[in-house]
Amino acid sequence: MTTMAHKAQAETPAAEAELSGVQTITFAKALTLAMSDAMAADAAVLVFGEDVGTLGGVFRVTDGLTRRFGEDRCFDTPLAESGIVGMATGMAINGMKPIVEMQFDAFAYPAFEQITSHVAKMGNRTRGRVRLPLVIRIPYAGGIGGVEHHCDSSEAYYVHTPGLTVLTPSTVTDAYIMLRDAIASPDPVVFMEPKKLYFSKDTVDLDALRARYAAGSTAPSTIGRAAIAREGTDATLIAYGPSMAAALAAAETAAAEGRSLQVIDVRSLVPYDDETISAAVRSTGRAVVIAEAPGFASMAAEIAARIQERCFHSLAAPVLRVTGFDIPYPAPRLEKHYLPGVDRILDAVDELQWEES
Amino acid sequence: MTNHPEFIDHTGNAGRDSGYLLPSGAPVQLISPDGSPAPEGGYKENYSLPDHQMLLDGYERLVVGRRVNDQANALVRQGRMAVYPSSTGQEACQVAADMCLRPSDWLFPTYRDTVAILGRGVDPMEAFESLRGDWHAGFDPHQYNTGLPTTPLATQLLHAVGVAHAAKLRGEDTVVLALCGDGASSEGDFHEALNFAAVFHVPVVFLIQNNQYAISVPLIHQSVAPSLAHKAVGYGMPGERVDGNDLAALLAVLGSAVERARDGGGPALVEAHTYRMESHTNADDATRYRSAAEVAQWVPKDPLLRLQKYLADAGHLATADTERIAASAESMAKVLRDGLNAETVLDPADLFRFVYTEPTPQLRAQSSQLAAELAAGQSLEGALP
Repeated sequence: MTTMAHKAQAETPAAEAELSGVQTITFAKALTLAMSDAMAADAAVLVFGEDVGTLGGVFRVTDGLTRRFGEDRCFDTPLAESGIVGMATGMAINGMKPIVEMQFDAFAYPAFEQITSHVAKMGNRTRGRVRLPLVIRIPYAGGIGGVEHHCDSSEAYYVHTPGLTVLTPSTVTDAYIMLRDAIASPDPVVFMEPKKLYFSKDTVDLDALRARYAAGSTAPSTIGRAAIAREGTDATLIAYGPSMAAALAAAETAAAEGRSLQVIDVRSLVPYDDETISAAVRSTGRAVVIAEAPGFASMAAEIAARIQERCFHSLAAPVLRVTGFDIPYPAPRLEKHYLPGVDRILDAVDELQWEES
Repeated sequence: MTNHPEFIDHTGNAGRDSGYLLPSGAPVQLISPDGSPAPEGGYKENYSLPDHQMLLDGYERLVVGRRVNDQANALVRQGRMAVYPSSTGQEACQVAADMCLRPSDWLFPTYRDTVAILGRGVDPMEAFESLRGDWHAGFDPHQYNTGLPTTPLATQLLHAVGVAHAAKLRGEDTVVLALCGDGASSEGDFHEALNFAAVFHVPVVFLIQNNQYAISVPLIHQSVAPSLAHKAVGYGMPGERVDGNDLAALLAVLGSAVERARDGGGPALVEAHTYRMESHTNADDATRYRSAAEVAQWVPKDPLLRLQKYLADAGHLATADTERIAASAESMAKVLRDGLNAETVLDPADLFRFVYTEPTPQLRAQSSQLAAELAAGQSLEGALP
């Protein structure tokens, strides 16, 4: 009944003028293109969530998908996050590849039971007989002057849950290829999108990006692979997602002061790329881990511990962390005091016992 | 419904008498507890008694189901299983659920629905794998179109909605029947599942097996709704209540809901009134929260006794039938005894094998660590309490 009513209101399918070639696009547009390309390639790929249909998402990341693919492929759901993830689980059991949007980080918490008790465990409890090719997109982190419950860095909850793949891109290129990789993964992916990057822009060659997913392509998946975002020799900054900009800016400032900082983008939080990150830290002998989430029992804590376990004899100084404070995310006018910024990062770098080496 | 001018009828249903959503005035009963045909009940639909062959098939399933419960309870006492949530006394709901579905349909059971899982054709040792403590789930849902029993309450109802939604999008005529208990009707996922099913108009029949207790908590502490079936009205789907110990009534009510769903009529909610004759599991002590007198009231309402009496009185339960059915039940009991008394060999490497399609480097390292410990003679069993 309701479906029929919706259908009656559906707009005429109008093929969007799809972008191709070299284009300057936003991070959000790269995500949209990743989804629309995946939907065009595979009828099992569906998009649903709150406001993702007619509106195109509160951040416009699903803009145009309903127009192009119809409301069987991209649709609004009732306002219930556990329902969204639970229904997606059933659809994934029955042959679909759902991409669901949790509207904001803290609004994903009602889905926590479905994510941790079912999505994460299904492959294991069925001895691999039921895999859930499901992507849970979560806009996260702050820096946008958002009100309460709109700025949480919630990645620790997901990385702590075995069975979930957790990805977070920080560049326009990665927004496209990591979301394509997530959609292609046979396992469930929590895809964390730094919302302050949605409107950042870069110039990319869309044809080249799409070629990675053409039949016969041997392009490696980004899942499980960290990226070296900037080469450097004196110390290694390790960051991801919303903290990458500050890390790169700190390296730029340090270079002007004569210190060469390497910057690693972890980007695949789970599986975690010990090999690349440990090799990077061994090459410089010093490391600072940067993340926006509260530092206690966090992803940054895990990274620091893993470096210490693997690189102890190469380290000239303790691994330091620059993270958010262990407080609820602040109100907009105070968030600047909370976010790890260039000064705080450079202060940490200064503490890496330079005079003793 | 309302004459308020500001009322917006967004579904086209508002002008319709909402009475079609309400359950019947009393639980549907077609066979009385004493085995005689029940008097005409004035229910919302004209439910008719299933034919004798169907009832005989159902009777056999009930007898086998009861034997499964008895045998499993015995095997738990003998230490051959970690735990068993018995469904003694409420088998009719599970049997009816199985009988109303085609093999191509889907069933989503709870942890108390082992009888229904076996009825779907699941290999008994696969069905009991989690209860014996070998793995968290033992069968392939796709092989039997049967969801894995879930321990978190009501969560499987949303999976049922998703399976039905996917089937509907592909134009298949699959129906999904999702089981839950009275306690589960308090969970948020119950609400979200019914609402999603109604909004997306997908073919799911929700069957609440109201066995009166959520472990120790009686229904009055879960809900003060006129009945759990009345909750259907709030979602815009039809509700119905049925005597959950009357297999004939269950087959009629569930059968009607399943075929309506198959014909595009959307979801429905059925509440079956039954009683958990035993404790929640072997780890529970029901005498702490209910009286022997209360339990005794339900003994004469047993689903097997009434169907046996009804079939016998109608001349459709020959001695040969009784003997065949008893042999069938004993045969299942023997399968359970033999299977659960046999020692299974578990591979500790399986702990790491299935978490991801490709184990992560970290899991490979941990698997190697465990293998090295085992090779060095350190027993995991020794390390655990």
